[in-house]
Formats: sequence, C-alpha cells, structure tokens
Amino acid sequence: MVPFAYQAARSEQEAMDGALAGGRYIAGGTTLIDLMREEVERPQRLIDINRLPLRAIDLRADRLVIGALARMADVAAHPAVVQAHPLIAEALVEGASPQLRNMASIGGNLLQRVRCQYFRTLDAPCNKRQPGSGCAAIGGINTTHAILGTSDHCVATHPSDLAVALVALEASVVTRGPGGERRFPVEELYRPPGDTPHLEHTLLPGELIVAVEVPRGGHARRARYLKVRDRASYEFALTSAAVALDVDGGVVRGARIAAGGVGTKPWRLRASEALLVGQRADGAAWARAADRAVEGARPLSGNGYKVRLLRQTIIRALEMAGDIA
Amino acid sequence: MSTPSIGTPLPRVDGRAKVTGAARYAAEFTQPGQAHAVLVTSTVGRGRVTAIDSRDAARLPGVLAVVSHLNAPRLAYRAHKGSIDPAAGERLHVFQDAEVRFFGQPVAVVVADTLQQAQHAATAVRIGYEARPPAVRLDGADRAAVVPEAMRPGARTQADTARGDADRALAAAAVRVDATYDIAREHHNPMEPHATVAAWHGDRLTVWSKSQFVVNEAAELAAVFGLPAEHVRVICPYIGGAFGTSLRTWPHVTVAALAARHVRRPVKLVLTRQQMFYATGHRPRTHQRLALGATREGQLTALVHEGTGETSRYEQFIEALTSVSPMMYACRNVRTRYRLLPLDSSTPTYMRAPGESSGLFALESALDELAVALQMDPVALRLRNDTARDQHTGLPFSSRSLRACHELGAARFGWARRNARPGSMRDGRLLVGWGVASATYPMIRAQASARARLLADGTAEVEAAASDMGPGTYTAMTQVAADALELSPSQVRFRLGQSDFPPTPPHGGSMTMASVGSAVHAACLAVREKAGRSASRPVEGEATSAAGPEGQRFSMHAFGAVFVEVVVDPDLGMVRVRRAVGAYGAGRIVNPRLARSQCIGGMVGGIGMALMEQTVLDARDGRPVNASMADYLVPVNLDIGSIEAHFVDERDPHVNPLGVKGLGEIALVGMAPAIANAVFHATGRRVRELPIRLEALV
Repeated sequence: MVPFAYQAARSEQEAMDGALAGGRYIAGGTTLIDLMREEVERPQRLIDINRLPLRAIDLRADRLVIGALARMADVAAHPAVVQAHPLIAEALVEGASPQLRNMASIGGNLLQRVRCQYFRTLDAPCNKRQPGSGCAAIGGINTTHAILGTSDHCVATHPSDLAVALVALEASVVTRGPGGERRFPVEELYRPPGDTPHLEHTLLPGELIVAVEVPRGGHARRARYLKVRDRASYEFALTSAAVALDVDGGVVRGARIAAGGVGTKPWRLRASEALLVGQRADGAAWARAADRAVEGARPLSGNGYKVRLLRQTIIRALEMAGDIA
Repeated sequence: MSTPSIGTPLPRVDGRAKVTGAARYAAEFTQPGQAHAVLVTSTVGRGRVTAIDSRDAARLPGVLAVVSHLNAPRLAYRAHKGSIDPAAGERLHVFQDAEVRFFGQPVAVVVADTLQQAQHAATAVRIGYEARPPAVRLDGADRAAVVPEAMRPGARTQADTARGDADRALAAAAVRVDATYDIAREHHNPMEPHATVAAWHGDRLTVWSKSQFVVNEAAELAAVFGLPAEHVRVICPYIGGAFGTSLRTWPHVTVAALAARHVRRPVKLVLTRQQMFYATGHRPRTHQRLALGATREGQLTALVHEGTGETSRYEQFIEALTSVSPMMYACRNVRTRYRLLPLDSSTPTYMRAPGESSGLFALESALDELAVALQMDPVALRLRNDTARDQHTGLPFSSRSLRACHELGAARFGWARRNARPGSMRDGRLLVGWGVASATYPMIRAQASARARLLADGTAEVEAAASDMGPGTYTAMTQVAADALELSPSQVRFRLGQSDFPPTPPHGGSMTMASVGSAVHAACLAVREKAGRSASRPVEGEATSAAGPEGQRFSMHAFGAVFVEVVVDPDLGMVRVRRAVGAYGAGRIVNPRLARSQCIGGMVGGIGMALMEQTVLDARDGRPVNASMADYLVPVNLDIGSIEAHFVDERDPHVNPLGVKGLGEIALVGMAPAIANAVFHATGRRVRELPIRLEALV
C-alpha cells in the first residue's frame, strides 16, 4: 500500500474541497481498500464521506430515494424498498457476500471497479489501469468478460448487480458538485470503454453521488432479477437480467430489460423491449426478445457460451416476471 | 476404572481455545524485534533474471534489506528427501541462481520494519527478465509424457502394471466403454495462509511455521542451511486447514530463515492469497483414458487405465492415479499405465485424497457409463464385481465393507426409488439426477513415536510431534491416551506440533490415527506398566510403533459408497448438490462427532472438485489468472444442502492396534464421480471434464 493521507469530511463542501485537491472519496471501502492493497489504486489522499448525512431511504409518492451512503444490506432489508421495488432488493441480495453488503454503500456499488483479473494485478498489461499498455484479456483468459460494448482496448464486464436493476427501472443518480446539483439516468453514469477505458464514469471533478432515485410505476411489481453463476453466493454474474414488465390482459404494455455480466456497462436492451410492446405475453415473445438481445454480441475466445446463456437468461427472467401475474 | 473414551463423541478439547482466539497460528507468533518480509515473485513463466534494481526500494522508509540471488549466500542444500518429497528431482533452491522456472517463482524478498513498508517496497523492486515462452498446456500429454523415474522396472511401484491381456479382452468384450477424462489443476486454498516466523540464536534456528510435518521441516531447514539437525526447531500447534499444502517445506520457509539471518532479526513472512497459487503445491492436472469391457451380465472382463499428470521440470511428483484400478473390483484382465508431463510449472503435491480421487473419477465414471450401456443398476454393477481378494497383490482384504456401504447408503438415500432413465426425474422445471460412486483409500501406517508422563497429581501429559489441521488430532489422541492409561480425557493433556517431540510421519494420507494413535497407545501402555512397578512420580515412557508383517498378509483399505442428488437447470446449466449420503467402512471410529465432521468436510471438498475448483493458467506466461478467493471458486454455505455421513460397523483386528483406517481422504474420493454420474442421470449429458461448470451444460 502506498502511504496516503486520510481526512474525514464533516460536510459536503469539505468533501468536495478535498476531492478537488486530489483526494478520493471513500465510503464502505470494499473496492478501494482491496485495490489499494494491491497498489492498483494509489490515491494520495482519502476523503472519508461516511459522516455525511446521506443514508436515508425515503419512499415518496412518485419515487424511492436511496441515500448514496446507505449500506447494501440496509437497503435490501428496508420495507419501503421491498414494497416499492422488490427488484432492487433482489439484485442487492444476489450481490457480494453478507459481510460485504454490510459495508458497501449504494454510491460505491455503482462506482465499483471491474473484476478483470488482469486489471487487478500490477504486472499484466491493462489499458484501464495503465492507458496504452494493452489488454491482456483479449488474447488471454476471458471466460468472464463482456460480449457487448467491448472495444479493442477493453473487454472488462461491469460487475454491479444493483446497477443492472437500476438501469432497468430507469433510475437516476443525484449528484452534487462544485457546479451544483445534477440529476441524470444511471445509464448515463457509465462510459463505454472505447479507446479510453480508464475513464469509466461521467462524474465531474469533485462531484459526489448523493442519492439514487427510482421512479414508481406500473413496471415495479412485475420485476425480477435473475443472476446466473456457478456457485450460489459470492460470485459475480456470468449473466444476469433485470426485467420489469407492464402486462395487461395478457398483453405487454411496457417492458424494461437490462443485462449484467455481459456488457462493459449495465446493458439496457431497448430493442428487445420494443419487440415486446403490444405482443402477447408468452414464450414466443420472450424468445424473440432474447434473440434480439444477443444480436451484435462479440464473443471472445473464451466466452462464447455467454451468447447462448444470455439468451436463456433473458427468456427465464421474462418468464419469471411474466408469471407473477 | 473409567469408562472407555474411544467411541464416544467427546467435544474438541481445543474447541475453547479456537473459538476464543487463544489458539495461536503460525503468523501469530510475533517475536521481539521482529521484521517483516514480503516476497517478490517472477512475472514471467520461464527465463532468466537479468537485473534487479532495488535502489528505489532500499531508500523507502523502514526497509532493511532486499535479498535475491545477487546477494544471498550460497546455501548448503545438503541432500534431503523427506517422505513427502518427490523421489526424483531436486527441490527449488531459493535465490541461488538467475533461472526462472515458473510464473510466480520467488526472485527476491524485501525485509522492512513493518508489513506495510515491506509490501510497498516490494512493488518498487524492478526486475529485468530475459523471458522465453513457457510450456504449460496439458495438450499432447500422450506424446510428451515420460515414465516416472521412481516407477521404472524394478521399483517397488511400477508405472505400468498388467494381469491377463486387457487389450485383447477389451476388444473381445460383449459390452465396452472407452473414454478420456480430464481434471483441472486445483489449489488447496485453506483459510490460513502459509506463514513462517524465523528467529536465529547464533547458529540455532527456531521457526514458528505452518506445517503438517514439523519433523521434516526441521530436517529440511537443517539440510538447506547446513546445520546439525538438533539446531533447528519447528513449532506449529495449530493449523487453519491445509489439505496437503503444508506437508512439504516450500521455498518461502527457507526465504524467511534466510531473511532473518540477513537482517539479524526475527522475521515474519506470510504469503498472500495470490502467492499461494505459485509455489506451495497443487493437485496436478490429469488426463486419463479408462476403458472397461464386460459380459452382458455385467461381469468385468477388461480394464485399461492410462493416466498422465503434470509435474515440474525440476521434480517428478507422482501420485496414486492408476493404483486403485487393479485393486478395486474383480477383473482378470487389467492394464494400467502412468506417465508424467514435465511443464514450466512449480511442483504439484498431495491434495485432498491425491491420486485416488482423480483416478476414481475416471474409474467410477466409466462404471456408470458401463451401467448405462448394460441397462443395469449402477449399485448392482459394483456389487456384481465385488471381491474379497485384492487381485493386484493376490492378498485378501483385511476387511472390506464395500457391499455394506452400498447397502447402507442406498437405504438412507432412498436409492430404490430411482428411475434409471436420464432426465426422467424432475422437480418443476429442474432436472433431478441421482448418482452413485464407490470410494476407497488405503490404510496407511508409518512409524511414529510418542511420549507419556504420569504426574504425581494423577494426570498425564502425552507428546508427539504430530499435527492437527482440523480433523481433531488433539481430541482423538487424548481419548486414546485416556483409555490406555485408564484415566478420563480431562486428566490427559496431549501436546503436538513441535519437532523436538517424538517424531511422527506426515499429517496426511489419512495416516495420523493409525500411526500416531498406535504410538500414543503404546507409549501410554508402557508408562502404565512402569507406574505399576514403581510408586515414584513422575514416571515417563516413550514408544515407537510401526507396521508389522500384516502388510504381507493382507491388503488394507477403507471403502465407501456415496449417493448424491443434484438438480440441474436445463436452460441455465446451473448444477446444485441438494443432498449427499456417504457410507464408510473405515475401521473403528474413535470419535463419531469428529468423524462425522471430518466426512462432511471431505464431501464438501468433493463438491468443490466436481463443480467449481479450477486454477486457470494463461498459456502465454503460465500465470494463474484466478488467484483469489473471489475467482477460484470453492463451495459456500449456500451451495451445500443436506449432507449425511454414516459408518458401517467394521472391526478390523489386522490393520493396527487401534483397528482404525483413517478418514481424511475416504470421504472425498467418491464425491466427484457420484456428482458427475448424477449430472448424467439428470441431463443425459456425460461430462468427463472437471470441474463441471455451467458452460459445459448450457
């Protein structure tokens, strides 16, 4: 670990000042500390934001507001979340381990770094860790890597389960920074890797995620999260799908689908959604939507199975959400 | 006279120390003035170190030294072969030359006042390499493999064995199966990391080190540093799981002692989880062919078992890959062949039922394939070929409860309700599969010694160099001693884990109870006999116990049967083991509570082997890519359904004075084939590669 300075911020202003002076925010630390131990992350100054009053979970008439510092475990167990957005609770419980969920914050979860093994070790080339050094995964071991949104510079999968659920629910992040408050879709928080995979998100310098807002609507109750993996807990998704359906009289009125474990960011599947709207809610429709989802997938040497698995995952998640009726 | 303790479920005598944190593990033996060492490991898979620039590292705060082949002393490295070292080849000599033999080889060590300083400085050491592409693939194993030197004609164990004419019988068989089976490299991954604290007093060395074989570790360190044997002492009272990875003395132990001598302070060296994938042994990848021929009634007429395991280029690690096949069932025509494939890799080692578990995966999978071909119940097929005589050695079994295990296991599992047709059993959309496999593991007993002391207050102290990596050596030996001394267990204090205690064999191969238990028994009988002749206390007795001629009269093995239920999601490929029932004939059960616990642990290990565990190498440089507990999957609690372990009543007067056969490995060996067979029964798909990940089924 590289020696670093530590400062506990007592106000958002103090936090932002620290960040603008080169500090890195730390909340639960479940990503950052690990990577600092490996010296993959080498911040010179940590700004501890845990004392900021950003832990509230608030169910309003039109939306659910989750403070950025609320812990994954607390959000997953919160009655308002379970009632208004069971999909979020489901995605949270599928993530990490109980110990990690007790520590990890919602804001930190959205900003967690990738699990690519070459990123997480100093002695391998990685464009994300060291721009221009190359991507070891493309010609190496890439069984867990992405098939959507990849570039010739990076194929790492975005690891968050929660983000997949939030993208499907059209949630927004609320940020405050030196330029004031902003509110934008979670989907827009993430940049595709392109030729700058070291730039992962669209936050401005010093900007702090303060909350996540999830609109309430007809989709919320018929929403399911399905995570596919080799062991039952503490493993990142090989594939996952968050599905929210608005079904009326056996006909799909609205659909939201996002996939995880397959994209370089949480992957919204708008074309599949469009195919479903107005269709009978049945297996044939699910299969068409799933076929569309994998169009354009670019499998690597070791992850071709993900194309078929993603298709099956989406069909199953649509069935699960459709069956709730 | 107190009631016998053997056979009772005495709770662990060290349980309180463990749950209160009073039990001290290797890395917790902090010494006054101790410095910390962190390894720098090679980032190429083969080649030479051309330069080591440690100037930046040396300038960092707290750094005491950077030691590498450039400044390390030439070490004695006297010849030393412990019973767990490969017979052929020579151990890796640390910091003695510039050669890089595998990815992750220790090439330097940084010593600093604090752990954090050493960790940081280790990243500042710059190593230049002349790299060459390593060979790490197992492809082409059949062509490039070599006959193990220690198994050439004339040796005690042969690489090639034959009785009858297996190939001709196979060709002529009414029914045959013939397939290849592959098993991934696995790492032991105990919770406790490897750790060594080394302290010199003049030319005497004391190490507190994670070891399953403290006697050998002391002997090896004496050989490496050119010291008289009695100048080295190794202490290891507790082990947080090991599974074989701490049988040998790996390079980091020498590095810790070397570093301590270099900086003239005690030094603590703890491996990182990543480093535990480099040079602390692993289950070798294996490639096997198994062919069976049978009559239409299911009588085996031919068995061919050919297996190749990976090894390093500097040592030939051999294991019992093909040795079960000639012994397990009745068959006139059997041929086995064992080869090694040397690769640019560190040396594999014994891991959780080494050899037997890999070999039995092939044999018991093939038997399941044969049962399918014969349309015969797989339990009936195994019992049809049961034998009271080991046809390889020609000796009768001292006891063999294979039939009883299958009958007990089948009854507890409800096997009679199985519909044999693959894919026929369902739970909603999930496919249900029931699979079975036999298990076996040899009864191994090696020479061991123990010392007992009867004190004036009527209590006793008993000592042996042995280890307890979790099975309950402390408790079981306390029970053995209590019975032999006619005391209650609370009056006995058993101590272990010191190289200057009476010597014992490695704590592996399921041999501790048979070996150390017999020695403890003998020492306690000796001291009791002495005590009867004299009233003076304390009175002390020591005994050495070894196998007698019974090995010439009997073939001695534990047997078992494992029944497993899996569910497979037909669309998503996910496999989960819902329940497992193991039945074992393992001789006398010293402590049913510990035995059950140990079997559950072994069965969980088998689930890992079957469905999850796999060290993935990047063929470009030999890097183990998934070297973390997040990426190397072992089962978690949620993966484990119901597990039952049952013991058949087995009295074997021949094996050893206690009548025990050992339990560590027998519980693991049958699990992987039983699960693979259950996956076939669920899906109709025969997966011959471990682990069975969902990629194979989706």
